[in-house]
Amino acid sequence: MGASHAGTFWGTPGGWTLLTAGQILLVAVGVLLSVVVVLYADRKIWAGVQMRKGPNVVGPFGTLQLFADAGKFLLKEIVIPDGADKLIFLAAPVFTVTLGLSAWAALPLAPGWVVSNINVGVLYLFAISSLGVYGIIMGGWASNSKYPFLGALRSAAQMVSYEVSIGFVIVTVIVLAGSMNLQTIVAQQAGWFWNWNVLGGGGWKNLPMALVMIPMSVIFFVSSLAETNRPPFDLSEAESELVAGYQVEYSSTPYLLFMMGEYINIILLCGLITVLFFGGWQAPFPTPFLKDWAPTLASLFGLAWFVLKIGFFFFMFAMVKAVVPRYRYDQLMRLGWKVFLPTSLVAVMLVAAWRVFGPTG
Amino acid sequence: MSFTARISQAIKGAALMDFAGALGLALQHIWEPKMTVQFPFERNPQSPRFRGEHALRRYPNGEERCIACKLCEAICPAQAIYIEAEPREDGSRRTTRYDIDMVKCIYCGLCQEACPVDAIVEGPNTDFAVETREELYYDKQRLLDNGDRWERQLAKNLELDAPYR
Repeated sequence: MGASHAGTFWGTPGGWTLLTAGQILLVAVGVLLSVVVVLYADRKIWAGVQMRKGPNVVGPFGTLQLFADAGKFLLKEIVIPDGADKLIFLAAPVFTVTLGLSAWAALPLAPGWVVSNINVGVLYLFAISSLGVYGIIMGGWASNSKYPFLGALRSAAQMVSYEVSIGFVIVTVIVLAGSMNLQTIVAQQAGWFWNWNVLGGGGWKNLPMALVMIPMSVIFFVSSLAETNRPPFDLSEAESELVAGYQVEYSSTPYLLFMMGEYINIILLCGLITVLFFGGWQAPFPTPFLKDWAPTLASLFGLAWFVLKIGFFFFMFAMVKAVVPRYRYDQLMRLGWKVFLPTSLVAVMLVAAWRVFGPTG
Repeated sequence: MSFTARISQAIKGAALMDFAGALGLALQHIWEPKMTVQFPFERNPQSPRFRGEHALRRYPNGEERCIACKLCEAICPAQAIYIEAEPREDGSRRTTRYDIDMVKCIYCGLCQEACPVDAIVEGPNTDFAVETREELYYDKQRLLDNGDRWERQLAKNLELDAPYR
């Protein structure tokens, strides 16, 4: 976080290491706890849409169900199939979770609250989330079994295809904001909600860009569904065809890690949509009164908005899972390469032209 | 598909019209009362005609109803019933063996339909899962015990169903 610790204990190398480790621990624990909340919400929302009750037995309203599930996963036997590449088989889920958690380092959670405020934060996040596909390929390949391998192949093709359009969508935001630092991108979206990037990112003058940026936010949302292997793009684990895809041979703790990695990535992409398009930790109205607040309190205020927005996007993730049927493989590829890619390419050009020739150029 | 239809479909798709409609419907359903039946504690209503576990009934004086006519054995499409019979000391015709292989049985209810004296019936019980296959080879004693255990409900179900027969 800040560099304001010079001269104090936290400025020394030992103190700095301790402080950063503490921050990492705090963020990791927070993310893992929110995975529990999000998984519970996911199951409840899905059940609600189907007029079921969902988990309701363990604890009040079933809130402890996820802890019971986690306990079950941890206590079960780890089955490693014959002929599996043991090292890669066990490394794959660890890899997935590690990547998921390390991506959170660059995401600004609140004003001044980010573990590592790197100037190319967007690139870092993009790189890390692209690596996510390796966890799946490693898992699918090391299982030495047909279904996991097919699932992994599908998922590799799917994630690579959608990363292309995600990349171009991110480029539009970078061009619009003129910065790759996520804190800067969020800070620029201060004030009323029409300053958010989804509506052009510069008040009334940039409002025509909303015509480009609203579709871009939709494309980003849909691509992040594909990127996290969520329904309707859960081809890599299509139960009806591949049983569970790359997860078939996994049980116990490795399976738990895979699932956690998946949900960490989902929350991360919800956060990324929020940061890039919907103002991150900014409230949808001007907040000049925050100057009089204690900095910690102001940060908590920002964090609350950030969590609220992530919650909204996760709700949309869950609703999409509940209402949209699974795409066929060729439909998925057509959508990625023949619809999203050209659209986002055109959008990049439009936004770039606006930045050069437009009123804010 | 005509050109204009293609265009309008593309526009609808791009505007996420389908998704918006489905989302509205889903949001509506979230608030509706839940249909969940909490199974071990709650059960769905059961028709008096329900065909569950078999039972051999007795007359109120304790005499077994079955007269060993073997109609049930004859009609059973799965050939799950096996009967042996010989005259009892008092000269009445009774079964000495009455076996039902519950693994073969398809729960069609034809034995119950065929029976002239309402002796073999299929009761409302569904909870007779066991751990070994042998336990599902019911003999006469097991079936008579079932009849004694479920007689009140069996009689009531037969009475409720009688007007429709």
